[in-house]
Amino acid sequence: MARKDEIGRWGEEIAVGFVEQLGYTIVERNWRHTMGEIDVIARDVDQTVFIEVKTRSGRGYGHPFEAITTEKLARLRRLALAWCRAQEHPPTRIRLDAVAVLGRPDRGAQVEHLMGVF
Amino acid sequence: MVVARTRGIALSGLDGHPVEVEADVSHNLPGFVIIGLPDAALGEAKERVRLAASNSGCPLTDRKLTVNLSPASLPKHGAGFDLAIAMASLASAGSISAASIRDVVHVGELRLDGRLRGSVGILPAVVAARRAGISTVMVPAPNAREASLVPDMTVLAVSTLREAARWHGGDYPESNEAVEETWDPDPVGHRGQTTDPCPGDLKDIIGNDEAVSALIVAAAGGHNMSLLGPPGAGKTMLASRLVGLLPDLDDEASLEASCVRSLAGFSLVEGLVTRPPFESPHHTASAAALIGGGSSIIRPGAAARAAHGVLFIDEAPEFPAAVLDSLRQPLESGRIVIHRARSTAYFPGRFQLVLAANPCPCGNYGVRDAECTCPPNTRKRYLGRVSGPLKDRIDIHLNVNRITAAQLRVAEEDGKRTSTAEARARVLAARSRAACRLSGSPWKTNGEVSGAWLRSQPQRLSPATTVSLDRALETGFITMRGYDRVLRLAWTLADLSGELFPHRQHVGEALLLRSGVSL
Repeated sequence: MARKDEIGRWGEEIAVGFVEQLGYTIVERNWRHTMGEIDVIARDVDQTVFIEVKTRSGRGYGHPFEAITTEKLARLRRLALAWCRAQEHPPTRIRLDAVAVLGRPDRGAQVEHLMGVF
Repeated sequence: MVVARTRGIALSGLDGHPVEVEADVSHNLPGFVIIGLPDAALGEAKERVRLAASNSGCPLTDRKLTVNLSPASLPKHGAGFDLAIAMASLASAGSISAASIRDVVHVGELRLDGRLRGSVGILPAVVAARRAGISTVMVPAPNAREASLVPDMTVLAVSTLREAARWHGGDYPESNEAVEETWDPDPVGHRGQTTDPCPGDLKDIIGNDEAVSALIVAAAGGHNMSLLGPPGAGKTMLASRLVGLLPDLDDEASLEASCVRSLAGFSLVEGLVTRPPFESPHHTASAAALIGGGSSIIRPGAAARAAHGVLFIDEAPEFPAAVLDSLRQPLESGRIVIHRARSTAYFPGRFQLVLAANPCPCGNYGVRDAECTCPPNTRKRYLGRVSGPLKDRIDIHLNVNRITAAQLRVAEEDGKRTSTAEARARVLAARSRAACRLSGSPWKTNGEVSGAWLRSQPQRLSPATTVSLDRALETGFITMRGYDRVLRLAWTLADLSGELFPHRQHVGEALLLRSGVSL
């Protein structure tokens, strides 16, 4: 596995741990579709939350959130819709969140969470 | 994270309006939005501000930043809001004190490395700030001197964004890099020329005594004049000496003239303009160049730059008629109004107009020992290009002839020529006499006074005095409007000779000045 994928994988683990601490229930991870992938799908009380996780090991190329462009968000929204269609009982309330993980496996991480980014 | 507010100034013509610059940080993905009718240069401020801030070591927030410029309906243009946007953005993220920036007007354009660039129009912006009741302005260091020309203002001059942030309580280390100070003039504007626009002396004029005395009359009364004569007769020389005869500008006029120059991109490092300006646009000038124009940023034209001074239109018939006629409104109202789809700009427009023309396209008509090759019709059409209503605003019609060898010799042997200093003293004396008489009326010089007022008591002249003028009116030699103009000139002549009222001889002289061959 390439180093960037390794860091991405690790970042997702951190993010999942973070939202679980907030009391979210993880529904699915890395759900794949022809259009792409949803990193994390979780449930927060009555809302189904689709979470885009972005990990970076340093700020040399900017804050992780800066890499979540409007195109990426638009795709996440279409993916969320596709996921809902695939369900037997589609959720009634959905939300898109973003989690930024800044750090490296050997140095620890700094996690930031934005709710309802779209 | 609070909504932070500070002030900027939006200039439209010479009028500045205070603009509230508000910034708010919201919990969302990073972004930078500027709303409130910015133009392209102002919309690009987000890139400049973000990079300038991070390059000067005080980066903006990682969240979504929204900057609002209110009132939202007022069009705002230029890069002068950069500093205000940067300060509001830093304050909304809590990096600097929001209370400290609230009552300060910030003007300045940022460079990508965080240095501030000097901008045009600082003087009118600071004047507008004072009018809005704000007493503190922060300006780029190269503009500090210009900003401090406005009395009762605290001017904070900063050379970098970091210096500005530190002043407002930002906790950043002091930068130890030396900042080179450069004045960056507007590329479209002009620079230089602050004090005496035409250095020549009245003494340089040889053998044209009649023209010199007409020039003094024009200066004393603020009368518009036209000069008609062949090439080489000294029309341009005469016109350029007029400005030297005018008195220094008073405080109000000086500030207004300086504001126009600041807006036109002139450097004001030498201080306020105190001498009347002189503008001489080329005959290829468009209406926009003459009175001002532009689609989004409305810039002052030659007429506005000549406010409180002399506008010299050389080769008047060569100008397109529509361009010349655009001067009618400022001559009428004393101010220039420029309407565009999105805004209206006002500039001062009280200038003294001097028109110069050749008598015909070849220039030789009426010259001794020279033959004019123009057909009569061409000659007529040539002078007809200056429209009647414009000619109507001209009090003194002067014919200037080439001097002959004999005149030259006499003038050189005689050696008695009026210098600019002597003439200006006479003009000053006459103007103060006129101002004394006109105190309580809305006018300052004889050239502005209305005819009705002149013909009313107690300044009405006796029939014995105006007998030659009445005759001229009866025979149709002059119109009623011309009658009033001659009266004005007569008063100026009386002021110059120190009389309380014009005599018959003044009226006669005035009639002569008025009735030279008109353009």
